[in-house]
Amino acid sequence: MSREVHNGPTDETQARGTPYSGDPSGGKGATPPDLDKLPLDSWHRSRGARMVPFAGYEMPVQYEGIIAEHLWTRENAGLFDVSHMGQLLVHGRDVEKALEALMPGDFQAAADMKPKYSLLLDEEGGIIDDLMATRRGDDFYIVVNGATKIGDIGYMEKRLPAQVVIDHMKEQALLALQGPRAAEVLETIVTGVSGLGFMQGGPFQWNGHKLWISRSGYTGEDGFEISVPSSAAADLADAIAANELVKPIGLGARDSLRLEAGLPLYGHDLDDRTTPVMAGLTFAINKRRRADGGFPGAMRILAELQNGPVEKRVGFEIDGRQPVREGALVLDGEGNEVGKITSGGFSPSLQRPIAMGYVAAPLAEPGTALKLEQRGKLFDARVAPMPFVPHRYHRKGA
Amino acid sequence: MSLYFTKEHEWVRVEGDTATVGISDHAQEQLGDIVFAEVPETGKRLSKGQEAAVVESVKAASDVYSPVSGEVTQGNSKVADDPSIVNSDPEGEGWFFKIRLDDPGEVEGLMDEAAYRDWLKTL
Repeated sequence: MSREVHNGPTDETQARGTPYSGDPSGGKGATPPDLDKLPLDSWHRSRGARMVPFAGYEMPVQYEGIIAEHLWTRENAGLFDVSHMGQLLVHGRDVEKALEALMPGDFQAAADMKPKYSLLLDEEGGIIDDLMATRRGDDFYIVVNGATKIGDIGYMEKRLPAQVVIDHMKEQALLALQGPRAAEVLETIVTGVSGLGFMQGGPFQWNGHKLWISRSGYTGEDGFEISVPSSAAADLADAIAANELVKPIGLGARDSLRLEAGLPLYGHDLDDRTTPVMAGLTFAINKRRRADGGFPGAMRILAELQNGPVEKRVGFEIDGRQPVREGALVLDGEGNEVGKITSGGFSPSLQRPIAMGYVAAPLAEPGTALKLEQRGKLFDARVAPMPFVPHRYHRKGA
Repeated sequence: MSLYFTKEHEWVRVEGDTATVGISDHAQEQLGDIVFAEVPETGKRLSKGQEAAVVESVKAASDVYSPVSGEVTQGNSKVADDPSIVNSDPEGEGWFFKIRLDDPGEVEGLMDEAAYRDWLKTL
């Protein structure tokens, strides 16, 4: 039996199209590097995790099985260790303006403690990384993808003015508790968290440790992301996992959950050849930034906003049972190549294959019939609206 | 009846001039949740080492190679309908296909069960 691994386990990695996304250092001819251990390494192993190299770390890809973990998260609460992600604190005089020179977000108008999705862009408007940025008083707390964090920091430091400084918070672990029961579980451990609305954060205390908690995540479910000192991470994970509504969840289910939620994964669905407009992430560019520009690649991105992009990120529903994965081609009725699949797999919630990819803009309307080609085999598919599984975020007052 | 294994984690159970082929428990364990299986059609000619079937888990797609040469007498439609059988009973109900052997002696180069289980420990 041969073994080909077709899609990456979680929300980051490397250049699109590398055959084995578990490649730890980001692909492109990398040699096996020394892998770092997560603060919760032994915690994962003691719970039966299968560890795989990912983003330079040994990380849990699954515990009892991807489908069971996926469905558990949709129904109860799943605990994810995402400590490989980069947690940065950016501060200094006029930090807002400095960040606006690198990203299309409105940092000047950013409200305190409200995480905002943004994108680190190159001069052509290509996406270097996607991230969450939160104003915390005078500072910005930024969470970037694990596989890209070192590159991001280098890129930003080279371009930020001298008075703006990046602290890489290497001593912080990051946990995510996701699912419809997440709020009731976490409230029993950290009083007050259930008062947060979706995309709202705040400082909390637990057992004498400072936590930063936001109501956010990457599964499409309600849930929280918890920044905790590494030294206290195992104790906190124990306290959360002690609740019978909670199971630890690996990278495999994290990937299938985010795909069902229609959320793009950096290194697969986003890279430096895609722009925020192609990727359908224009919500991350508000009215003022569209009017004023001043972010990298603004000329191209503003033109794309006005005239439409050449290709667009879309979802696909696929006939049959066989998964169509990253790298498959999208063909029109005449067999012309009109796009590419960037993520794909079997949806545990829907029990059928789903995929995400890019297609020429005129063919991006939901319902458009197309063919997908994978390993010489053709599949009937249609452009589908995303998310595939509805989001269930906890929006206050909604 | 005798059971043999390949280093590619297929098993082959020989009864007279026919054999049943599947993937080992170790293979299903490594693949994880299996969501798709494609088995060969009756009458298909396979030579040793040829791609014979497809198995896909949530994470990975794999080809199953035929450990022997011959003609397929039956594909297991049950695993095509419910691929999770390959997880729950890989070396029993979760077989992939039956094949009439061109040369019953061809299996002699394969590992027997004890040798395979020992070899797994070295991986």
